[in-house]
Amino acid sequence: MFEAPEIDWLALAPLIVVLGAGVVGVLVEAFVPARARRMTQIVLTLAALAGGFAFIAVLWPQIVVQPVQVVGGSVTLTPFALGAQGIIAVLAFLGVLVVADRTATGQDAFAPTASAVPGTSYEDLARRSGLEQTEIYPLLLFAAGGMMLFASTDDLIVMFIALEVLSLPLYVLCATARRRRLLSQEAAAKYFLLGAFASALFIFGVALIYGFAGSVRFFGDPSRPGVGVLPAIQSGAAQGEGMSVLLVAGVLLVVVGLLFKVGAVPFHAWTPDVYTGAPTPITGFMAACTKVAAVAALVQVLYRVAIGVQTVDPEIMRQLQMVIVVVAVLTMAVGTIVGSVQTDVKRLLAYSSIAHAGFLLVGVAGFNSQVQASTLFYLLAYGIATIGAFGVVTLVRERRVTPGSGEHNGPVGDDGVVLGEATEIAQWAGLGRKAPWLTAAFALFLLSMAGIPLTAGFIAKFGAFTGAASGGLWWLAVLGVLASVVAVAFYLRLLVVMVFQRAQDDPAEPLVKLAETTPGAAPGEAEVSTSGDVSTGATAGAGATATLTTVQVTTAQRIEVTVVRSRGPAAVAIAVCAVATVILGVFPSPVLALVEQASKFVP
Amino acid sequence: MNPYVPILILMAIGAVLALGGVAASAVIGPKRYNRAKLDSYECGIEPTPHAVGGGRLPIKYYLVAMTFIVFDIEVVFLYPWAVDFTTLATFGLVSMLVFLALITVPFVYEWRRGGFDWV
Repeated sequence: MFEAPEIDWLALAPLIVVLGAGVVGVLVEAFVPARARRMTQIVLTLAALAGGFAFIAVLWPQIVVQPVQVVGGSVTLTPFALGAQGIIAVLAFLGVLVVADRTATGQDAFAPTASAVPGTSYEDLARRSGLEQTEIYPLLLFAAGGMMLFASTDDLIVMFIALEVLSLPLYVLCATARRRRLLSQEAAAKYFLLGAFASALFIFGVALIYGFAGSVRFFGDPSRPGVGVLPAIQSGAAQGEGMSVLLVAGVLLVVVGLLFKVGAVPFHAWTPDVYTGAPTPITGFMAACTKVAAVAALVQVLYRVAIGVQTVDPEIMRQLQMVIVVVAVLTMAVGTIVGSVQTDVKRLLAYSSIAHAGFLLVGVAGFNSQVQASTLFYLLAYGIATIGAFGVVTLVRERRVTPGSGEHNGPVGDDGVVLGEATEIAQWAGLGRKAPWLTAAFALFLLSMAGIPLTAGFIAKFGAFTGAASGGLWWLAVLGVLASVVAVAFYLRLLVVMVFQRAQDDPAEPLVKLAETTPGAAPGEAEVSTSGDVSTGATAGAGATATLTTVQVTTAQRIEVTVVRSRGPAAVAIAVCAVATVILGVFPSPVLALVEQASKFVP
Repeated sequence: MNPYVPILILMAIGAVLALGGVAASAVIGPKRYNRAKLDSYECGIEPTPHAVGGGRLPIKYYLVAMTFIVFDIEVVFLYPWAVDFTTLATFGLVSMLVFLALITVPFVYEWRRGGFDWV
């Protein structure tokens, strides 16, 4: 007989607020007149994320004392899960601020009609009539809601649904860049195909685990004792013939699916291309928030399996740990080594994000209870620095000026045509003089990512490496420190270019880049094709000119690098990120105390 | 007999039919190629090369497909609910109404944004 489940609505409130606002956002698209749509969406999105965070804050004292399983574990709110939800809400809020900024150019980072075929007259028409794609805001809310659910469930099927709810909007968002349309669409297609592949592996793993346990929930439903993956492991089902193979293969496939979302080697191949091709505010959003959700889910799956197997079958436990160790080492190595030869800022930050996945996994591989707290802190520190850094990237732009017309002496943004982002590292030379505050903030984010003391990153890395060391993997911690040193080198390289090198377009020494004039080039739009991968990245040492092969400018014109003014939101986000990075580095104890409370993931 | 044997046999028959069909038509089928036969069969659109600069797509196709998905998903969940209507009682009814309301949202979006204005 069917019994209607008791639903703890308060425990679901953060999810309902965020996802519900996404649905309302779609209705806003349907009924609010076009001119008011953008403002309505921004207010709605920010309010939803703030409201979700408020509910998380309300729930916190209660959950810390007594974790809640809603509907038999479909949503399992442990302090760890709720902590991850809170971090996602905060980072998504900051991410949306960057997304919402139109900058002094009056254009946001998104295509007027993302569905138009690149280079068509339809696209041109949409641009000229000033259309805007405000659907990005509901999509962001759906993605954020999916991430929050992803991090807080005990049920592998719900986790799969959450995985799709967070991924599908991101696939779409990746394709919406205003400039470099083909690159953006290519990124989306790659992300979609590889993401679908990873989802398939994940769901196959879930099927195998179901075959093993007869349940897709780890702890199981309290009302049905003995049913669940952990009870099945503990009852000795793994000793049955062929059963341990089902369990190990299932867990491995699920872990592979999660590692894909984390961006760990060897499942990282999509990361550089997608991070480069996606609109930069979206890159910041997904680099920060997806990583939080994916790592939180990974930690919960791994540690729940570990609870079961470490007493029953230590051999499986040892193998599981070895898998994570190997992936962590590979991820750190590829992230730092390949990252250090990049010539594109977005690509460099992408490899930095891969390296950070490695550092996070070093902590996770320790398999001891304090790791959960340090992982949450790491995710917060990394997320803040990432959103801030990509926020800065959105403001550093190329500008086309015609020499002799005196245009380039005017205020920024009022003369010449501001084009896309200047993402070549060589173009960032002399940025320290053009925009000292922005450079200072960016430097702070880089130092935090590098793990320099007095920034959030230091405390975070310290926690992760201590976690590995206290789990008996001191050599892995040493490897982590070594990889950090290599990473410091590539962050500092970017920093040196920004602060100590003279700008290429310094008026004293104009650098004229010649390129063919292409008839029919759309004004104000430059199609820059960076085929950039590791191999081309290494050969592009010649600087900016190497990849600016198809910039459509007349021979009389020149591309300068400029910093556009933010219209507010992005500046606020960058400032908040910078301040938070310092506060978390200098005075981390309140937040550390909070995440310490969160180191509990057993309902 | 192992209860999985019939499944294996079924899979084997399926594989033989699929591969055999391709192989047989490759061996004994008449081969009269012309331009139309070499075209890709892909929803009436050339998938490659990419239509740069002026390539036009019948966008209505996607609209129809997506509208179909809206109602398709709806029906997929309505049938099992209808079968167990009495057991699921009020809880099921309320859940279904919420689900229907949610699935109407994309439909309303499509309607308001001109998805059905084809002229």
